[in-house]
Amino acid sequence: MEINLIEPFWLAVIGTSLFAFLLKILGHSIPKKWLSNPRALKINSLIPIALLSALVAVQSFTQDSRIVADQRLAGVGVAVLALILRAPFPVVVISAAATSAALFHIG
Amino acid sequence: MALPHRGYLGQNAPVSRVNRATAAQSLSVSLTVGAYGIAFGAASVAAGFTVLQSCLLSLLTFTGASQFAVVGVLGAGGSALSGIATATLLGVRNTLYGLRMAPVLNVRGIKTIFAAQLTIDESTGVALSQEHLGVREARQGFWLTGIGVYIFWNLFTLAGALGAQAMGNPAAWGLDAAVPAAFLGLLWPRLTNKSERLLAVAACALALAMTPYFVPGVPIIATALLAVIFGLRARIWR
Repeated sequence: MEINLIEPFWLAVIGTSLFAFLLKILGHSIPKKWLSNPRALKINSLIPIALLSALVAVQSFTQDSRIVADQRLAGVGVAVLALILRAPFPVVVISAAATSAALFHIG
Repeated sequence: MALPHRGYLGQNAPVSRVNRATAAQSLSVSLTVGAYGIAFGAASVAAGFTVLQSCLLSLLTFTGASQFAVVGVLGAGGSALSGIATATLLGVRNTLYGLRMAPVLNVRGIKTIFAAQLTIDESTGVALSQEHLGVREARQGFWLTGIGVYIFWNLFTLAGALGAQAMGNPAAWGLDAAVPAAFLGLLWPRLTNKSERLLAVAACALALAMTPYFVPGVPIIATALLAVIFGLRARIWR
C-alpha cells in the first residue's frame, strides 16, 4: 500500500490557495515611496489597462491556446456596438450573452 | 455630535453614502462573473475534486483563472505541482493589481488582508472604471465588487459542484461572451486618450500573438511590459 503524506488533490488546493494569497498580499505590501515617482505612477496606472485588455482578447478569441472565432466573438462584437452607442453596463453584458447564446444554439 | 465628514470635492455628503451608479455596476459585475462559478464548480468536480475541495478553492484561492487552471491540469492527469505552478502564473497579475489598488484603498492592518484577498480582475476593473468620479467611488467599487463577487462566486461554485449537469454548458447561456463583455464594459470608459487606446489594442495583439506559443497566463502578464514602455514614453503622447 502506498502512503502519501498528502493526497495530490489536497496538495493542489492548499498550494494554489497559498501562492494565490502570497501574490495578492505582495502587491499590497510594496512601500508607497517606491511608487511616488511620477513615472512609476504613470506605469502603475497603465498596467491594469494592458492586462485587462489582454484578458478581454484572450477570453474572446482563444480556446485551449488556439486562436478561434466563434459565437463569443459575435457576442463581444455586439458589446462593442452597445458601448459605442453608450448603452448602460447591464445592456452591454446582456446583449453580448444573448447574441452568443443564440448563435450557440443555432450553430 | 459626530465629527463633520469631509465629503468628496467639498460636498457635504456623508462618507458612508454609497454612490448608486457605483453600486449598480458592482452588482452587475458580481452577478455576471459570479454565475460563472457554476462552470467552475462543475469543472472541478468533473476533474476529480470533491465538493468540499471545490468550495475551498473558491473560498481560499478566489481568483477564477487560477482555479480553472489547477482543475484543468489535474483533470487532464497532470501533477499537483504543475497545477500549482500554472495557477500561480495566472495569479501574478493580482500582484500588479495590488500595486495599483494599494494607494487608492489606503488601508492598513487586518484590512490589508481582506483587501488583498479581494484583489482580482473584477474589483480592480470596477475601481478603475469609477475613478473618474473620485477616490471614494473607486474604493466603493473595489469593496462592493470584491465582496459581491466573493459571495456569488462561492454560492455558484457550490451550486455547480452539486449539480452542474442540470445547467450544462455555460456557453449555452452566453456566459462565455458575457464575461469578456463585462471586462470590456469596465475598460471602455477608461480609455480616455489616444495612448491608452493604442495601449489597449497593442495589448490585445500581443496577448493573441503569444497565445499559441506560451502556457496560459504568460501572454496576459507579458502585456505589463507594454504598459512599462508606454509609461516611459508617456510625455511624447501628451
